[in-house]
Amino acid sequence: MNEARRSLVTAANLHLRIGETTILHDVGLDISAGEILTLIGPNGAGKTTLVRVLLGLLKPDSGEVRRKEGLSVGYLPQSFEVDHSLPLTVRRLLRLTQKPSPEEMEAHLDEVGARNLLDHPVQSLSGGERQRVLLARALLRDPELLVLDEPIQNVDVNGQNELYRLIAKIRDERGCGVILISHDLHLVMAFTDQVVCLNRHICCTGHPEAVSKNPEYLALFGKHAAESLAVYTHKHDHVHGSEGEILPIEPEEARHHHGGA
Amino acid sequence: MEDFMLRGLMGGVGVALVTGPVGCFIVWRKMAYFGNSMAHTALLGVAIGFAFGVDLRLGILISCMSLTIILVLLQSRKTLSTDTLLGILAHMALAVGFIAVSMLETFRVDLMGYLFGDILAIGVLDLWWIYLGGAAALGVLAWLWRGLLALTVNEELASAEGIPTFAVKLVFMLLIAFIIAVAMKLIGILLIISMLIIPPAAARRFSKTPEQMAALAVLAGVFSVAAGLWASLEWNAPAGACIVVAASALFLFSYAWEMIAGR
Repeated sequence: MNEARRSLVTAANLHLRIGETTILHDVGLDISAGEILTLIGPNGAGKTTLVRVLLGLLKPDSGEVRRKEGLSVGYLPQSFEVDHSLPLTVRRLLRLTQKPSPEEMEAHLDEVGARNLLDHPVQSLSGGERQRVLLARALLRDPELLVLDEPIQNVDVNGQNELYRLIAKIRDERGCGVILISHDLHLVMAFTDQVVCLNRHICCTGHPEAVSKNPEYLALFGKHAAESLAVYTHKHDHVHGSEGEILPIEPEEARHHHGGA
Repeated sequence: MEDFMLRGLMGGVGVALVTGPVGCFIVWRKMAYFGNSMAHTALLGVAIGFAFGVDLRLGILISCMSLTIILVLLQSRKTLSTDTLLGILAHMALAVGFIAVSMLETFRVDLMGYLFGDILAIGVLDLWWIYLGGAAALGVLAWLWRGLLALTVNEELASAEGIPTFAVKLVFMLLIAFIIAVAMKLIGILLIISMLIIPPAAARRFSKTPEQMAALAVLAGVFSVAAGLWASLEWNAPAGACIVVAASALFLFSYAWEMIAGR
């Protein structure tokens, strides 16, 4: 990533009120190609709203959003439940708003490790499979920017890690920018370049380690979260060679390791 | 075959061609209550049409479309759920319509006629209405299809991919209002609502894609019309009700099929 930073979306001084409630107060951020930005904050912090503003789906009351011209975006919504009354196979889902060829569809399902799902009903997929299929669908748009709103919901712990690694792999191979929304920095940490901690205003921003030590972050998420986080990165370095062990650590265990470090 | 039977059959088939695909979206989007509310509102439209001396269809169309727009405006405030708002609006419209009808002294509305209609009384002019109106409705639906399906699958995703979700939803609701307005005077509330809901429900078990379900819903609708008319002739029973019973039987069959096939 030595190439010059190619900015995809820049936002500054965003303000947005809905009714009487201030949703965004003086929010700004910048995302470049090849970068994973994690947007973290408690429920109701305005994360999804901010993304909608960044994508141009919602107009801010004031402030500026600059998107790269012709920016193509792949989007994974926060929730994706298809009613059982609607018959929908993965194949039809992939062809919902575009017309990819069967080869393209298979290639993209392969890329996300979800081959052989093409003719399965969408409703029969597991949480992890569903996210992979949605990721493949987003990749079919050949996106310069991937926006993933809470991608690990309804995915089991093993699957969560695999999913994050997959996202990092996609970033490495395609060089696209990624905006990841999460309410838990815990797992995202090792896979992210920049963290923006949002609670209607920007609490803090920077590299994950710096953010995890920031007083505003600690005030928002508690010392406990920060501790397990610190250990988590430590532990991650430790087990980096052997795959599959980067799992969330039990609180006791976490403190124990922390003391020993 | 008698002329009136042929016209009834042609009219019913024309209705089924439209209600199959449109009804699928009503089922997928859980809008059955919206359809019902439109039908309730139609009485007000009948009164309006009579009071102002215009075509009753126009009166129904105006009242149904007004109700749709009021609903959409209230929905944007997000304080009450859609079914509550519909419950309020539809019954208000029904009550006002009933009062209006009772005050128009020279006007005696045949409520049974509006409830059950009379498919065997369809005339040649009515057939024109069904087929031209139906072609227009299908044209609008074809134009909406991609966006409407995308937002039915996931509204957030659709809007992120550039589909004007608000406009698409509004046009679809107005389309339902139009279909009910045109069809109600001919075949009655019971039959039009049933034709929108039951054939798509019967088609669900045998479909793998939305388009298959729409096509099968048309087939189920056509079959119900033919079987219902035949039964009505055979047993001298009211035709509209026979069609509804035939469609329901088809639905029960599809349900039983699923149980036996163990899917």
